Amino acid sequence: METRYLLNMENISKEYFGNRVLKGVNLQVKPGEIHALMGENGAGKSTLMNILFGMPVIHSTGGFEGTVEIDGKPAVIDAPHKAMDFGIGMVHQEFMLIPGFTVTENIKVGREISKPTLLSRFLGRNLETLDMDSMRRDAKKALSDIGLSIEEYVKVAGLPIGYMQFVEIAREIDKTGIKLLVFDEPTAVLTESEAERLLEIMKTIASKGIAIIFITHRLDEVMTVADSLTVLRDGEFVARKDIKDTSVVEIAELMIGRKVEKLVDDQEDTRILSDDDIAMSIEDFHVQMPGEMVKGIDLDIRRGEIFGIGGLAGQGKVGIPNGIMGLYESEGTVRVFGEELDLKKLGNALEHGIANVSEDRRGVGLLLDESIENNIVFTAMQIKEDFIKKVGPMKLFDSKKAKDHALDMIKLLDIRCTGPKQTAGSLSGGNQQKVCLARALTIDPEILIVSEPTRGIDIGAKKLVLEYLVKLNREKGLTIIMVSSELVELRSLCDRIAIVSDGKLAKILKPNDSDAEFGLAMAGSRKESVGNE
Amino acid sequence: MSERLKSIYDNIGLPRLIIVGFFLTILAAAAPLGLNVSSLMGDAIRRWAMYGILVLAMVPAVQSGIGLNFGISLGIVAGLLGATLAIELGIANPWLSILFAMLVGLFIGSVFGIGYGMLLNKVKGSEMTVSTYVGFSVIAFMNMIWLSLPYKSGELIWPLGGQGMRTTISLESSFGGVFNNFMAFTIGDPVTGLSIPTGLILFFLLTCFLVGVFMKSKLGMAMSAAGSNPAFTKSSGINVDKMRILGTAVSTALASIGIITYAQSYGFLQLYNAPLMMGFHSVAAVLIGGASINKAKISHVIIGAFLFQGILAVALPVANKVLPEGNLSDVIRIIISNGIILYALSKTKGGSK
Repeated sequence: METRYLLNMENISKEYFGNRVLKGVNLQVKPGEIHALMGENGAGKSTLMNILFGMPVIHSTGGFEGTVEIDGKPAVIDAPHKAMDFGIGMVHQEFMLIPGFTVTENIKVGREISKPTLLSRFLGRNLETLDMDSMRRDAKKALSDIGLSIEEYVKVAGLPIGYMQFVEIAREIDKTGIKLLVFDEPTAVLTESEAERLLEIMKTIASKGIAIIFITHRLDEVMTVADSLTVLRDGEFVARKDIKDTSVVEIAELMIGRKVEKLVDDQEDTRILSDDDIAMSIEDFHVQMPGEMVKGIDLDIRRGEIFGIGGLAGQGKVGIPNGIMGLYESEGTVRVFGEELDLKKLGNALEHGIANVSEDRRGVGLLLDESIENNIVFTAMQIKEDFIKKVGPMKLFDSKKAKDHALDMIKLLDIRCTGPKQTAGSLSGGNQQKVCLARALTIDPEILIVSEPTRGIDIGAKKLVLEYLVKLNREKGLTIIMVSSELVELRSLCDRIAIVSDGKLAKILKPNDSDAEFGLAMAGSRKESVGNE
Repeated sequence: MSERLKSIYDNIGLPRLIIVGFFLTILAAAAPLGLNVSSLMGDAIRRWAMYGILVLAMVPAVQSGIGLNFGISLGIVAGLLGATLAIELGIANPWLSILFAMLVGLFIGSVFGIGYGMLLNKVKGSEMTVSTYVGFSVIAFMNMIWLSLPYKSGELIWPLGGQGMRTTISLESSFGGVFNNFMAFTIGDPVTGLSIPTGLILFFLLTCFLVGVFMKSKLGMAMSAAGSNPAFTKSSGINVDKMRILGTAVSTALASIGIITYAQSYGFLQLYNAPLMMGFHSVAAVLIGGASINKAKISHVIIGAFLFQGILAVALPVANKVLPEGNLSDVIRIIISNGIILYALSKTKGGSK
């Protein structure tokens, strides 16, 4: 007999402006099972869920291909309220709760139970009074269903984060006829004990016959609670497996597995790297960057190497350069060629010869309204007093020298522009990135940090930027720290790659280590990877 | 060709075209109405140079990222304090007197400006609203101070009662007209011809030049960068908050120089509520010149001050000729200055900073 699926999405494809983000993906969920949906950032998980919920972003960009069946019957979901009618609910990653309302009110908002009054008889339903008693009863029931013992009359505002998540879940449970709940990375913001609690609750819910789609990066959690899983990679369906038939290593391989492309042609390598010649050493480093918290990292970066820092979005890899540059509050010790950086002092890293190319090109990396020339020389002028002519006590901008330098850089990096006076904002992404790189190189750094150097730029510019980084490293002996979400990129350039997970160092890997190793490290299975050493 | 015309048009912008058109129209209408065009033009030029530095005070404020500084009244009262102190001390030499007034004004203005800048750092995102109210509040506060300052000079205090300062104070015995009369000359007839206040114009242009040089210095460029992209500036190791304080302080100090220049040309110091709306006029002038709340250049100041003051100087007599009854000139001034502020603020993209 054929298995009965609660949800059966078949051969789903979706295109955004000619860019295929989903290519024939299948997703099947049985009633009462916990089904994990896994994949790296950009694998297509969110798009798939947007399709399931009939989000306007899907239908305003031309809809999708493929079929969706619920309970064996074809379902057309072209608006979020239809998904609700089919009994599909979502527990959001960011809490959609009203802080000033009580738990009951939050659970019942939009679906209040009301009693007719004299006025409402004439003026319609909106003037009925709320039936607080039955609403409280419902809320209590929903809360006890998930085994949560909080009073239904407290305000949400003061609750710990973990509890807010539970209130969200209770709200979804309370909806009548709920059959399928989607949890979008629910444990990302929770503490360890809260996360355990949540997993328990998920099991409780599933035992009542409600199916769960569990989106997460954490392999250990999947192994603990899920019954089956689907892995997506680059918008393609990779596999559907039952948990009992698979292992952590296999899942990790499925998530990462791709042939290593050669992004950069080989260049002559005459470098001598030594563990005794350390360019930068980071100890017990913490950075308070919202969304990219770093929670204690130790790294030693050798002089002359290209050191990669990888990991999934939100795990803290981007926090490291921002902390070193003093852009976010940080703690710990950072030594540059033996000298300790004053992390409290803005610009101290620059003075120690560290240049940074920010991951946020348009927001942090450029003065969009200023000329290419000003963008390139600005930092060097402020930090090293280069491009300055002294007239008496005044330090004036030397525009001729700046222009000459800008012209050199434009030629060197092949920046496509009308001239050094063109505004940076009017350049294409790749050329903007080159301007950022030119600015960093103008301060003549000893250590160059580049974050997401190829984000949002076309393939040609990508190759050029990456090759130039290698050239700088090989010819000038520049130590480069490259932070990137693109594992392929890191693996084709770097000598060593540190994978950061949950703000901590998961493992330092070599580019030719196996896919499974990378997958495990990125998914944060720290215990096992430590065990391998 | 049409593309080039369009790009020129885009550069100038519709409001400035309207203002220029309006200015030329009333200027053309002046002669047939029997008005003396050369004296009107002389008036326009004088007012342009005397108001110019108050308009110039907008440049460091806008460039450092605090937006249009409606609160230059703070600098204005600093200048007035300097000027009244110079009179109280009875410095006879007009050049020494104005120099003393400006130095005191600069000092007080800078101190006020630093405090004001720290305040604005605490209200990022709503600087312009706060600065408007700072401007109003300081005038109200100074109304009390003017009444109670222990000045003794007969030029300053009310002749009856012997306490509290007059609303208008003549500068005849101190530094009135000291710039205006320096190397001044008249083209044509000595009475009806076009008189040029050379010293005043030179002083205005010199101040513009100095501010221009400052904006091209290391510090000035850091300040402009802080205004146009705080995150970028921070990543280049510059303290953005300090740069904003610097911009506010320079703006406030310039306003104190501006009011003293204004007063010596006008011949009187005006205390109490007189400076209340001066911030608005300066804002309107620099906006007419082509500035926005994110960008202001010296050229915007020079063009804007001339157009704004030119229209007021010429429109007033013309309007009185056409519609003899009523106080139409003041109405026109209010419409133009507030209208142009409204236009410029509606043009700016919300939350773009």
